[in-house]
Amino acid sequence: MSARIVVDPVTRIEGHLRIEAEVRDGKIVDAWSAGTMVRGLELILKGRDPRDAWAFCERVCGVCTTVHALASVRSVEDALGIAVPPNAELIRNLMFCTQYMQDHVVHFYHLHALDWVDVVSALKADPAATSRIAQSISRWPKSSPGYFSDLQKRLTAFVQSGQLGIFANGYWGHPAYKLPPEVNLIGVAHYLEALEWQKEIVKIHTIFGGRNPHPNYLVGGVPCAIAIDEANALNAERLAEVGRLLDQAAQFIEQVYLPDLLAVAPYYLDWTEIGGGVRNYLCYGDLPTNGFADIGRFKFPRGAILDRDLSHVHDVDPRDPTGVQEFIAHSWYEYEGSDGKHPWEGETRLNYTGPKPPYENLTVDGKYSWLKTPRWKGHAMEVGPLARMLVGYASGHAEIKEAVDATLGALKAPPTVLFSTLGRTAARGIETQLVARWSAEFYQQLLANIRNGDTRTFTKDRWEPATWPLAAKGVGTTEAPRGALAHWIVINERRIENYQLVVPSTWNASPRDGQGQRSPYEAALIGTPVHDPKLPLEILRTIHSFDPCIACAVHLYDDKGATLQQLSTSPAV
Amino acid sequence: MENPVPSAVPAVPGSTIYEQLTARGVSRRDFLKFCGWMSACIGVGASGVAQVVNALETKRRIPIVWMHFQECTCCSESFIRSSHPIVADILLDKVSLDYTETLLAAAGAQAEACLQDTITKYRGEYLLCVEGSVPTAADGVYCCIGGRTAEDIVREVARDAKAVVAWGNCACSGCVQAARPNPTSATPAHKIITGKPVINVQGCPPLAEVMAGVVVHLLTFGRIPQLDALGRPMSFYSRRVHDTCYRRANYDAGLFVESFDDENARKGYCLYKMGCKGPVTYNSCGTIRWNGGVSFPIQSGHPCLGCSEANFWDNEPFYERLPSFRGFGIEATADKIGMAVGAATVVGAAAHATLTNIRKHHDIGRQPGESVSDAPPPPAKPDEKGGNAS
Repeated sequence: MSARIVVDPVTRIEGHLRIEAEVRDGKIVDAWSAGTMVRGLELILKGRDPRDAWAFCERVCGVCTTVHALASVRSVEDALGIAVPPNAELIRNLMFCTQYMQDHVVHFYHLHALDWVDVVSALKADPAATSRIAQSISRWPKSSPGYFSDLQKRLTAFVQSGQLGIFANGYWGHPAYKLPPEVNLIGVAHYLEALEWQKEIVKIHTIFGGRNPHPNYLVGGVPCAIAIDEANALNAERLAEVGRLLDQAAQFIEQVYLPDLLAVAPYYLDWTEIGGGVRNYLCYGDLPTNGFADIGRFKFPRGAILDRDLSHVHDVDPRDPTGVQEFIAHSWYEYEGSDGKHPWEGETRLNYTGPKPPYENLTVDGKYSWLKTPRWKGHAMEVGPLARMLVGYASGHAEIKEAVDATLGALKAPPTVLFSTLGRTAARGIETQLVARWSAEFYQQLLANIRNGDTRTFTKDRWEPATWPLAAKGVGTTEAPRGALAHWIVINERRIENYQLVVPSTWNASPRDGQGQRSPYEAALIGTPVHDPKLPLEILRTIHSFDPCIACAVHLYDDKGATLQQLSTSPAV
Repeated sequence: MENPVPSAVPAVPGSTIYEQLTARGVSRRDFLKFCGWMSACIGVGASGVAQVVNALETKRRIPIVWMHFQECTCCSESFIRSSHPIVADILLDKVSLDYTETLLAAAGAQAEACLQDTITKYRGEYLLCVEGSVPTAADGVYCCIGGRTAEDIVREVARDAKAVVAWGNCACSGCVQAARPNPTSATPAHKIITGKPVINVQGCPPLAEVMAGVVVHLLTFGRIPQLDALGRPMSFYSRRVHDTCYRRANYDAGLFVESFDDENARKGYCLYKMGCKGPVTYNSCGTIRWNGGVSFPIQSGHPCLGCSEANFWDNEPFYERLPSFRGFGIEATADKIGMAVGAATVVGAAAHATLTNIRKHHDIGRQPGESVSDAPPPPAKPDEKGGNAS
């Protein structure tokens, strides 16, 4: 006897995601992942100045703010043949690293931790024992018995109040929670500390880009000018502040995030056998160290792994018309021709065929999501921290290999445990540590350049539209915290003719394709145990391990001449 | 900045905000300092400090229901960046954030129960915050939660709300998804919610301190703050970014950045010629600045995009100086465009700004400087501006 579970809304994510799952004998036997919101950004971009596109694209997502702006300026620079000055590359790298550190820490504590940490159990913790554990795993100073005792008292009063705010109706006491009360109390303490910490590190974005969320980018470089003696520019004081913030960030990652990850993981080693999903991994690579054209010297290497074969890394070319393609067999769109189109050739019309709301279940035999289904050479690919670490590991990247091996060594586990829910969560921590280290390198390199007299942050060579070719097309790739991200642009007569985004959560959260191949979320849920079908805790664990970002994932494109069926003629504002 | 106590720490039930803060080691002195700061932020000045103090000492927590529709979550992200240590406490703890999909531990049916419990138990008392626009095309299928349309949900949740706050440009005016051609008919909250005022907290995203200020105002005075004709709180949206910009003196002196990263950019000259929308944008970026006062877009070298104005996405291309806006030929139109774009909000400030411009051009005419030849042409007549001098 099987039961259909619906989880909608999936919370602690960005955007609107719905999961339906079929459970039989306490395990998921089939699953459907649906994006239930659409905005139509690609259509809105048509006809605009390509130099403006980054700002529109940045608003794809405020959680992974910056990543779409970066992919966008790169797509325009690729189309117009612009190489940005080394300082601009370094500042972009520093903003990239800042985003990773902030985003991954917030994901771990505020979006994912409550899947593993039982807040109510922390009430039973012994503060002295909590302090001993905390001090045994880290030298982070906030670890005295008094600190934990004070926190626990307030937590007790809070729970007794009955007004639990964001903790209301949580899955507290569920048998899948395995941590001792003391580790739960550490988790709660760091949940709160991370909330304070995250607003400090983003100040790096504010210094370079004027604010966060949504700092400013610029085609041809970065908008901030460097003048070390000038009060109104990126000067010595501002640069020193960036250095201080980077140190502070690295300290939290080394002394709080990673020790917590390693302290929690041993209690959940059964989750190294759950949630593996598809067996293929894709990474565009990023963090250039010698200009963006030199892909071979990216800190995150580019490549693809098929069928978990770590002995071979496949080349990836985002321009290859048979490489990345998007399908709509189960998506609420229509194509003119055959299914499966490279983004430069993309063509779509919104075509909702789902049930009329309010509805209980989606018609999963037909179309059931606003996400399209991307494939690489026909394969369903997982993207994200795990893909980056695996591609780096398989490429023989020394730093990545060392970091992965160190973590596996600490957990006394073979590399195969990475193909799992817990592996995904661990990979995120491993790469955060690497990114923290690399950010210090980029910072030192920036200072060295300035010392050597190079203060350029922008090239105006192709700024004026009069210098552009009449027709051009480009692709901008990056690695968002959630995975491989690329924007494809077609420019005609100095305006955007077509603009398409294939984003990480589209790879991961999309519906199955016409051949019935499941995408990563749906595949990863198969075999996931469900103790109580009414309480979707285990589903949340696996889904959250991907760090869903659904506003990113849902979009539409519209080729020249195609019309939207339900296009409003008058803007609503 | 080291917070003396972690934010979002569970509160003592039923106690006032002041009691909770005291219990957690916040001194009376820090508390009063915060009240003074917050009074300044919400524009009540020194005379209002006592009211803020009184409110925070005696008022109970407001339950908040925070809905997410067509949005990118940047408003929530901005909100959790509140830099004042006590602000974070106020918002994440002293109000009771009873429903927000971004942070809620529960999901699915349990999350929906959180929502229903709150709007039933606190009927007429809870504050509804809306993040995101509501798509009305195609019977609402472009945004569904739990199988229901956003429009259906927002109508239900608004019915018994004490007040409605629209966070950010999406909820205030539709933002990017409402830009031409607005494929999903993205609609702002105030066009859906009828029968009660909606506070439009503009910006993409709004400043964290502005978001905090609005909540504290509601808490302090038990009523909504004074709003302009576009529903924006006057205290934060009555001044143009241009008028509070620290680079304004360069504008007045005719000193402009001519190209990104040129000598003038390194000196921090005015970004007007790079397309800065500061002259037509009403927001607090120039005074409060971002992320704890660290910077704001202009300070970091990029022109203001005007993100707190309706339809700013369609005022493109972004890197064209304002006079090239369709229908306007001369610089003095900075003020005029302000009236067109900002509609009724401009009236007060425009006359003053125009007078400033007249003085400026008078001065520029007599003092040749490096950018004077490119300085904007003479202003329009002051009588074209209308309105009252502020």
